[in-house]
Amino acid sequence: MKKLSPVLVLAAAAVAGSATAQEMTIVSWGGAYSNSQLRAYHEPFSEKTGVTIINDDSSAEAVAKLRAMNEAGNVTWDVVDVVAADAIRLCDEGLAMEIDADTQLAAAPDGTPASEDFGDLLVSDCFIPQIVYSTTFGYRTDLVGDTPPTDVCAVFDTATYPGKRSLEKRPINNMEWALICDGVAFEDVYDVLETEEGQNRALAKLDTIKDDVVWWSAGADTPQLLADGEVIMGSTYNGRLFSVIEEQNQPVAMLWDAQVFDLDGWIIPAGLSEERKQRALEYVYFATDTQRLADQAKYISYGPARASSAPLVGQHADLGIDMAPHMPTDPENAKRTFLYNYEFWADYRDDIDAKFQAWLAQ
Amino acid sequence: MATLTPVSRKPFSFVGPVMASAGAVLGLFVGTANGSGFVGVLVGAAVLAAIAWALMQFSVPERIGRWSVFALFAVAGFLLSGIPGLVAGGLAGWFYGWFHYWLFEGRYRAKLQPYLTSGQVLWHYAFRVICGAIFVFLITPILVVLPLSFNAQDFFTFTPEMLRFDPEGYSLKHYRDFFTNNEWQRSFKNSLIIAPIATIISVSLGTLAAIGLSQSHVPGRRAIMAMLISPMIVPLIISATGMFFFYSTIGNFLEGTLGLDKTFVGYVKVILAHAVLGVPFVIITVTATLVGFDRSLTRAAANMGAGPVRTFFKVQMPLILPGVISGGLFAFITSFDEVVVVLFVGSASQKTLPWQMFTGLREQISPTILAVAAILVVISIALLTTVEFLRRRSEKLRGMSPG
Repeated sequence: MKKLSPVLVLAAAAVAGSATAQEMTIVSWGGAYSNSQLRAYHEPFSEKTGVTIINDDSSAEAVAKLRAMNEAGNVTWDVVDVVAADAIRLCDEGLAMEIDADTQLAAAPDGTPASEDFGDLLVSDCFIPQIVYSTTFGYRTDLVGDTPPTDVCAVFDTATYPGKRSLEKRPINNMEWALICDGVAFEDVYDVLETEEGQNRALAKLDTIKDDVVWWSAGADTPQLLADGEVIMGSTYNGRLFSVIEEQNQPVAMLWDAQVFDLDGWIIPAGLSEERKQRALEYVYFATDTQRLADQAKYISYGPARASSAPLVGQHADLGIDMAPHMPTDPENAKRTFLYNYEFWADYRDDIDAKFQAWLAQ
Repeated sequence: MATLTPVSRKPFSFVGPVMASAGAVLGLFVGTANGSGFVGVLVGAAVLAAIAWALMQFSVPERIGRWSVFALFAVAGFLLSGIPGLVAGGLAGWFYGWFHYWLFEGRYRAKLQPYLTSGQVLWHYAFRVICGAIFVFLITPILVVLPLSFNAQDFFTFTPEMLRFDPEGYSLKHYRDFFTNNEWQRSFKNSLIIAPIATIISVSLGTLAAIGLSQSHVPGRRAIMAMLISPMIVPLIISATGMFFFYSTIGNFLEGTLGLDKTFVGYVKVILAHAVLGVPFVIITVTATLVGFDRSLTRAAANMGAGPVRTFFKVQMPLILPGVISGGLFAFITSFDEVVVVLFVGSASQKTLPWQMFTGLREQISPTILAVAAILVVISIALLTTVEFLRRRSEKLRGMSPG
């Protein structure tokens, strides 16, 4: 197909009439992440089953597009990669199919059922966890002087570390970090953040660095700003920082302290035809087994969601470095961590978002 | 041009302040880059005024004066920021040296009419400066993209190696990525399928509509015209949402009832949607050329026995061809640049170049986008030059213009 001229392809497609080739559309985030899925999941799956996989980089609009597709009665996606928060929303709206982990997903090699192997990470009935990623800080090693930061509160310490920092343009994570650095104990953060007073306290702390903050909205922004030297530290996803440090050789280092874990995984849209549903189930069964999840870590530094995959994590496929120390779940990196609090943010997100935006606009 | 006005040397009270204000402009840029724009303005003004004073006080001959200003700026630039500073400083020094003697010798009046007042002379040059500034404003973003696309790193950054003009800092790898990466090639191919077909459809429909609407006996001409050009006025996101539902239904019918191939139907949907977006441009440009079209020519053709179709292709079409072609170009560019509608209507197998650039920009700021942008700029320039060249050639052949 690739070698044919476009006109021929069109003509052939028209003549061929109804689709006979086995095809499925898998939606993901694009970039290096899609690439890791292509190499770890798609290619072996196509080889095994003969199904052609079309990659659609629309995960950022997944919720809106699935709603529209459902309304138009024309769901063209077979498997969709979304963050856990989106999966919970889609499941609540009935746009994603419920999955029974123990019967529809592979058990671990030692026979542990999938529900135990994934454990707490099965945050929704529709969600099939794939990776654990974290939002954390990176800093420019050449701009922080002789005392590189080890503590997340360096972000708020403009006296020791003068310069701009980049933070995500939303309250999630920033409010938690602000409270910790304002002296709130780790385990009390969400109790404090529930109160009006606690929210104001977090914003007041953020206010102390407001003039020094560059706000980002796409995961690629902070790496670009760090590479430019425009900011001396900034938050982004740990896989992005890995790529900046190890693949692009920029003078950047990780500040793992108080990283926030989040989950990313698959959902299968509701309302697929029986044939497509079976194929989608076959795909997720294959792509989330223990070996496949461990394989993905060869291409990108996100942690596999299964407990049984962790010991199988090997070396980077192209760089040949050990990936285990670059996993956010590595014990050395995970001394102080949060897990994205889905319940809390589901209840308080709208409220705190409004406050945060009002504060930003001041 | 011959000298219109005799020139005379000007006093420092004129040259000094003008040079100072020119220096303030440069100082603003240099100062902002080094921390304080305000200080930069003051220093720039003072330095340039001092240079003007020194050159006039010691009556430095022009050749020596210009070389020394050039050298001074080049050295200062080099001390400030190395090799790139040397180049920028050299250019600034060359300009200021020339500018000083241009003012001082009064040459700025030489080519203007002698009766102009000072205010008129000032406006004469201010107008040119404003035009130049607008031009710079329009073209700089495009020019910045070109060197960045040769970046050896994966960021939108002028690296220190690039600024030193070190060959190590440059690389063709982003171009290689574009030509070897399947995703980019597939989307490029999709754009090349979708844009020309959509253009042909919108040119045919748009030209017919424009000819029809230019007939005086068509009822409700203005209302129909308004409807047809509405895709241009309605915010794209609204058209896109509407089109999504409209074409979903059509797609379901084509796939379900007629049993056509899914990919083929996908292309049909996107092509039709893009054709609709292109029609208004064709209608507007063709209507504009029809204003100058002499209707008696069609009557003459009919008189000699030509049918309407023959009249159209033999008489009317050649005369309105420039309008049709420029409308077609607009339609082509609309489809080739379009990202919102294709995001809604298309599915992954119809991913076009702008869509791919959009995801590339959001997910990883990859300079491959810049390489693609550079290639597209070159293609657009080549395309427009060719069309313009052909148009002039055909005009010359038909003896319509003396050139």
